Amino acid sequence: MPEEVLFRAAKVVDPASGHDGVTDVLVAGEVVEAMGPELESRGAEVIDCEGLVLSPGLVDLHTHLREPGYEYKETIASGTRAAAAGGFTAVSSMANTDPVTDHAGIVAEIRDKAAEAGLADVFPVGAITKGLAGESMAELGEMVEAGVRVFSDDGMCVPTPRMLRNALVYAKAFTDEVVIADHCEDASLVDGGHMHEGSNSYALGLAGRPAEAEEIVVARDLAVARATGGRIHVLHVSSARSVELIRRAKAEGVRVTAEVTPHHLVFTDDDLVGYDTNFKVNPPLRTAEDRDALRAGVADGTIDVIATDHAPHAVEEKESEFDLSPPGMIGLETALGAVLTHVVATGIVTLPRAIEAMSGTPARILGATGHGGPIEPGRPANLVVFDPSEWWVVDPPFASKARNSAFTGSELSGDVRHTMLRGSLTVAHGKVSR
Amino acid sequence: MNRHVLSMHDLTADDVIRVLDTAESFREVGSRVIKKVPALRGRTVVNFFLENSTRTRISFELAAKRLSADVINFAAGGSSVSKGESLKDTALTLQAMGADAIVIRHSSSGSPLQLTGWVDGHVLNAGDGTHEHPTQALLDLYTMREKLGRLEGLRVAIVGDVLHSRVARSLCFGLVKMGADVTLIGPPTLIPPDAPAWGVQVDYDIDGVIPKLDVCYMLRVQRERQRLEYFPSVREYNRLFGLTATRAGALPEGSLIMHPGPMNRGVEIDSDVADLPQAVIEEQVTNGIAVRMSLLYLLLGGGGGAEASAEREEVLRA
Amino acid sequence: MLLDEDDIRRALTRIAHEIIERDKGAAGLVLVGIANRGDHLARRLAEEIERIEGSAVPVGVLDITFYRDDIGLRAEAPEVHETRIDIGITHRTVVLVDDVLYTGRTIRAAMDALTDFGRPARIRLAVLVDRGHRELPIRADFVGKNVPTRRSDDVRVLVRELDGRDAVVVQEAGSLSANGDALEQRSGSATGDALEQRSGSATGEELR
Repeated sequence: MPEEVLFRAAKVVDPASGHDGVTDVLVAGEVVEAMGPELESRGAEVIDCEGLVLSPGLVDLHTHLREPGYEYKETIASGTRAAAAGGFTAVSSMANTDPVTDHAGIVAEIRDKAAEAGLADVFPVGAITKGLAGESMAELGEMVEAGVRVFSDDGMCVPTPRMLRNALVYAKAFTDEVVIADHCEDASLVDGGHMHEGSNSYALGLAGRPAEAEEIVVARDLAVARATGGRIHVLHVSSARSVELIRRAKAEGVRVTAEVTPHHLVFTDDDLVGYDTNFKVNPPLRTAEDRDALRAGVADGTIDVIATDHAPHAVEEKESEFDLSPPGMIGLETALGAVLTHVVATGIVTLPRAIEAMSGTPARILGATGHGGPIEPGRPANLVVFDPSEWWVVDPPFASKARNSAFTGSELSGDVRHTMLRGSLTVAHGKVSR
Repeated sequence: MNRHVLSMHDLTADDVIRVLDTAESFREVGSRVIKKVPALRGRTVVNFFLENSTRTRISFELAAKRLSADVINFAAGGSSVSKGESLKDTALTLQAMGADAIVIRHSSSGSPLQLTGWVDGHVLNAGDGTHEHPTQALLDLYTMREKLGRLEGLRVAIVGDVLHSRVARSLCFGLVKMGADVTLIGPPTLIPPDAPAWGVQVDYDIDGVIPKLDVCYMLRVQRERQRLEYFPSVREYNRLFGLTATRAGALPEGSLIMHPGPMNRGVEIDSDVADLPQAVIEEQVTNGIAVRMSLLYLLLGGGGGAEASAEREEVLRA
Repeated sequence: MLLDEDDIRRALTRIAHEIIERDKGAAGLVLVGIANRGDHLARRLAEEIERIEGSAVPVGVLDITFYRDDIGLRAEAPEVHETRIDIGITHRTVVLVDDVLYTGRTIRAAMDALTDFGRPARIRLAVLVDRGHRELPIRADFVGKNVPTRRSDDVRVLVRELDGRDAVVVQEAGSLSANGDALEQRSGSATGDALEQRSGSATGEELR
């Protein structure tokens, strides 16, 4: 790898600094060295970026890397490979590993493995409760010292208001940067459900997960956050009314952030009529009204972050009966394309806003220092270069070990050309480097 | 006719009439001394029953054998995944057995449709989860038409756990398709809120509806499917929705009492009611074989499998 | 037109006499018409025989669809009609009655079907028209009229019960499609009746 890389004539879109225009970017070592029109190349590798967009490398706030414990679905190496292919320079790793990421030892193990693979930085998420059992709090303090900023029992909903309150109040001891993230679905209402409860679930003979199961918990969590002054993050919002609740709470000053997945911005429960398990996900894909409200929520900032909820599963697990198939779909490699095609190209969300939701904001929440921009001399060179108008067909095999993508067979516009992690290209000319 | 029969929505009203009319002929075959015709000789029918059901399986087995087809029974206690094999792999195994038709019964809704993506043969749904059971609906339609002479305008009540009953749903769709007048009756917790969109009425007062019925169709109380409480007790269910002797007495003369079986005597239907002459439950079973023969014949009697099409070209050109 | 109403009436009368003469009376006789048109012809024959001999002859109808040798080779499963044979046929003389004898495959199927009903002492065959081009070693015992035809011809028997009039007509090559398939729907029969069609058609046309 040459010491220096010059990105020539790229359209830099950097919401963190407000930069939006064509310029050259020179990278030396691990940092951005210079930016400006027609820089001297002086021996640097020159990459022609005419017609391409250069922005901060994407940051995924919600990723399942499955290691330790479920390496047959994905590993840290294959997961970060998928991340790089998708234009991400940093991802999280959710705590539902085996053993559960509920103490600093596992946090360190995950970080080390990620560094070894060298394809993307991983910022592990710690469990709120020991073993994700929802009964007693995990050692949050120790994990904060190990660098964790986001805590979540994702997969499971925090079972009682009492548990959530304890975690929120306790977390204030550390730094104001600690966030409790909740998977908002009331267990008693979604028990045995496999898709959104509505006309489609009745027609298909599948038990449903009603929208109010999410709305009730969102309302609960907002009330607890309001009362304690703590910071909460609502994972994968799926319902229009949830968006409205969050909007009103923010207006009142409640310290809440929220995220939505690319698939919830694109698909609806109509996509399940063929019983394709690749569309089975929790929370489920809901109606077109919900989807439109989610899109509007991203546009007006009610929803701060677009996060993939990348959830790899083994092929045979997904090639089984719908009700027996585990929920979840992969998303790292299609996130940018999906967002560009379905909400940016359609004019619902501007490109800078989309980039902000996929880089700067999640970097801040996750504590991913050095990622998410701004792109300026002296700062780490964590970048992505993509062609916003290049169409490609989503087709396995993927960089991820898994194949459970709802986008298989569809066409997306927005192709990652180069991903750079601290000055090294993890993806060069569309190919992952290792 | 559609290549597969997975749902009543796969059949047009004309298809339904065709199935019922053809079933007449198979009923006649069933009355002969030699209850067999060579129509599907050389064809292989696989009964892929991943959910226990001796009655339905035997009915399909007899149907296929009376058509001179070769029958393979592939039964499994649980799902394929529980044995470490994906449903797809199991499907490919059936394909390798040369199945011209696969009759699938499964506790997972949608598995017949998933199967069609993996096999070349015809797929016939013998009941999938809480989704549909088209052959049951067809044999019920046959029974009604035979006893009452028509389907159009019949006033039918379907009583019980509609939410979890694939029989109820298929029957509903089938009756509406044929122009009957359907009312669903049961505890509100067990009737899908969406039901009026299916073209039916919903009522919670069985006594108000009974005197105006041509057919009173009682569903099993699906105890094994309910994990959550939908009504407080069997006693209350029977009091509010059960077909007691008194209620049976209030049915109009000439109306039918039907049930898909097996019955929970004393719960949804009182014991002596099940034995009344207007209860045609046993005939439903007999008609089942003829209707299933009709479906197998209509599906396999046309088009044929991949080999047949090459042969077909030759013969028809000769 | 090959035969008109009067021709048909005379032919049936003659066949009735021939049947009686051959078996020296009507005792032990059962007429079985092959659906769809053989049925009506069989009943008329039975009436004739009863008029001549004074004794009623039992009549049944046999649909041979399930015994066809071409099931699964056509786009749609052939349509089935009623079978009703109320009387035992074992030890009796069964006279199969059909409208047109052509390749012989229909009769082969009919004999297979009959043997599932019992063991007749003998089976004879009466047809209104024999148009030749046999593909199996089958011959009729009683024939209304022998009509030489081309394979591409389409011979149809119309009966007043189904078609409003009695006639035997031939339709020639002009009514066929480019690849030699007979195309028209038989009046009164939506899909496949007899299976003796020489060249294929999508829905299994009535064959002789």
